[in-house]
Amino acid sequence: MIEIEHITKRYGETTVVDDVSMVIEPRTVTVIVGTSGSGKTTLLRMINRLVEPTSGTIKLDGTDNRSVPGHELRRSIGYAIQGNGLFPHRTVAQNIATVPSLLGWDAARIKARVDELLSLLQLDPAAFGPRYPHELSGGQQQRVGVARALAAEPNVLLMDEPFGALDPIIRTKAQEDLLAIQKRFGTTIILVTHDMEEAVHLGHRIAVMDAGRLVQYATPAEILARPANDFVETLIGTSDRPFKLLSLGAVGDAVEPGQASGEGIRAGASQRDALAELLWSGRAAMPVTSEDGAALGRVTVEGLLKRAARPQ
Amino acid sequence: MKAWIPLLLRLCLLALLIAFLTNPLWFEPLLKPLTQNGAPAIYNQGSLMSLAIQHLRTVAIATAAAIVVAVALAILVTRPVGVEFLPLSRSLVNIGQTFPPVAVLALAVPAVGFGEKPTLIALFLYGLLPIFENTLTGLTTTPANIVEAARGAGMTGWQRLLKVELPLSVPVILAGIRLSVVISLATATIGSTVAAKTLGEVIIAGLQSNNLAFVLQGGLIVAALAVLIYDALSALERMAAKRMGQVAA
Ligand SMILES: Nc1ncnc2c1ncn2[C@@H]1O[C@H](COP(=O)(O)OP(=O)(O)OP(=O)(O)O)[C@@H](O)[C@H]1O
Ligand SMILES: [Mg+2]
Repeated sequence: MIEIEHITKRYGETTVVDDVSMVIEPRTVTVIVGTSGSGKTTLLRMINRLVEPTSGTIKLDGTDNRSVPGHELRRSIGYAIQGNGLFPHRTVAQNIATVPSLLGWDAARIKARVDELLSLLQLDPAAFGPRYPHELSGGQQQRVGVARALAAEPNVLLMDEPFGALDPIIRTKAQEDLLAIQKRFGTTIILVTHDMEEAVHLGHRIAVMDAGRLVQYATPAEILARPANDFVETLIGTSDRPFKLLSLGAVGDAVEPGQASGEGIRAGASQRDALAELLWSGRAAMPVTSEDGAALGRVTVEGLLKRAARPQ
Repeated sequence: MKAWIPLLLRLCLLALLIAFLTNPLWFEPLLKPLTQNGAPAIYNQGSLMSLAIQHLRTVAIATAAAIVVAVALAILVTRPVGVEFLPLSRSLVNIGQTFPPVAVLALAVPAVGFGEKPTLIALFLYGLLPIFENTLTGLTTTPANIVEAARGAGMTGWQRLLKVELPLSVPVILAGIRLSVVISLATATIGSTVAAKTLGEVIIAGLQSNNLAFVLQGGLIVAALAVLIYDALSALERMAAKRMGQVAA
């Protein structure tokens, strides 16, 4: 658990982060969104003390993050910097091994971990381990940056716009990979983005920042249904609110009894995908199957549209 | 031009240099026309080979000392504890440069006597600036997000220096060393005026006896050494830069 209590950061006269308090539950994904310059990076970097707050405290599992020296704290917290920041003079494997070697892991353990992470991120350890960062594509560099942040099995992972520079297809893939990793290791992830779509997709909770203030901190459904003010509303974008809302739910939760013909959809897909598929194929209903192929029932346009309405 | 031609030219130059140093008499017919009244065409008051080795040795010692001091100084003034000394150290090192080499020699002789020592002092002082400036440039221009990534990974200040900032500065530090070596190779010749054993001896002997052949062979050996060492260090620098995905300047 991460408790941020009345944290403020000032540079001279300007207040960059203004009295922010929030509690982040363990093993969840929290997304910080806001426009450029709203203080997202600064807030994130106060958690691992790359930036020292002007006032306020941050507690990690109940202990003040100032109770250990900064560099030791940072070895226990994963950090994927804005724009990957790989060390250009070190190979991919050496980059990933950064924190483990600072912690004094033995060579065999480091190698096993590096190979595990590379495989997990779909990079062949034998092919990519010995390469230098400039020999990778942007998407591959980004994955190595995530692998480096995860290397020492941190409980907490801070990510600053990790997917900013990726094309939409790779981006979606990288988001799925991240969610899979989060489930597998149970990492508490705090991720910064300025993309509300990404925030809704990834976050268990979303923190909206505006000019240094935390204007709303709630679940995606809550934020979509009841934006705290005009700023949050603009950030969501009113035109596709219903679709964002649908994207939060799984088809499995919208199943109705009954039959339907034609191609089916898996229960794990999002309701938004189901609606899109129904509208596109001109059908009123389609069958739903479980992951192992068993028939579960059907989803209907009518049923989905009800779910797309603003929650009461 | 084909890529191998420059390499071939350098290998020829190296072969020529070695041939000249080991068997200078082979070249006597070439230099003979430059002499008058039957004066010797090839330096005969000592072995050219041993002078060249002495010359290189003097430059190597002075450069090694300059590297240690200049890099240490640059590291010191880029640490939080040392920033106050940045302007001071800059001006100190610059003074080393504005002093004419001959004056350094003249001042050093009464203090340390004739021989190699005053030359070492002069070369050391002249070698400092390029290495210091370049190390400073390297250490202060490490990309901010890479330094931040190193901090974020939990490196201490010294670990950042040794594992990130210095390695990334290697190409520009090497460029400074290259400059310093070339300056020293040339400056070392005047060391012979205070009895240091360098190739300057050949040139001075030529000037004293009005023997153009001596002057020319002394000058050419120094020039050939400078060109070859300059090129070798440039190649090293390019290799270092390439490894980091940088394009050599
Ligand atoms: N070291 C610093 N000194 C002075 N001002 C700073 C410093 N670091 C950040 N700021 C200012 O604080 C504000 C917030 O910066 P921050 O990097 O937290 O924004 P951000 O929300 O991450 O923006 P972006 O989306 O562009 O990354 C900016 O106006 C920035 O200029
Ligand atoms: Mg930022």
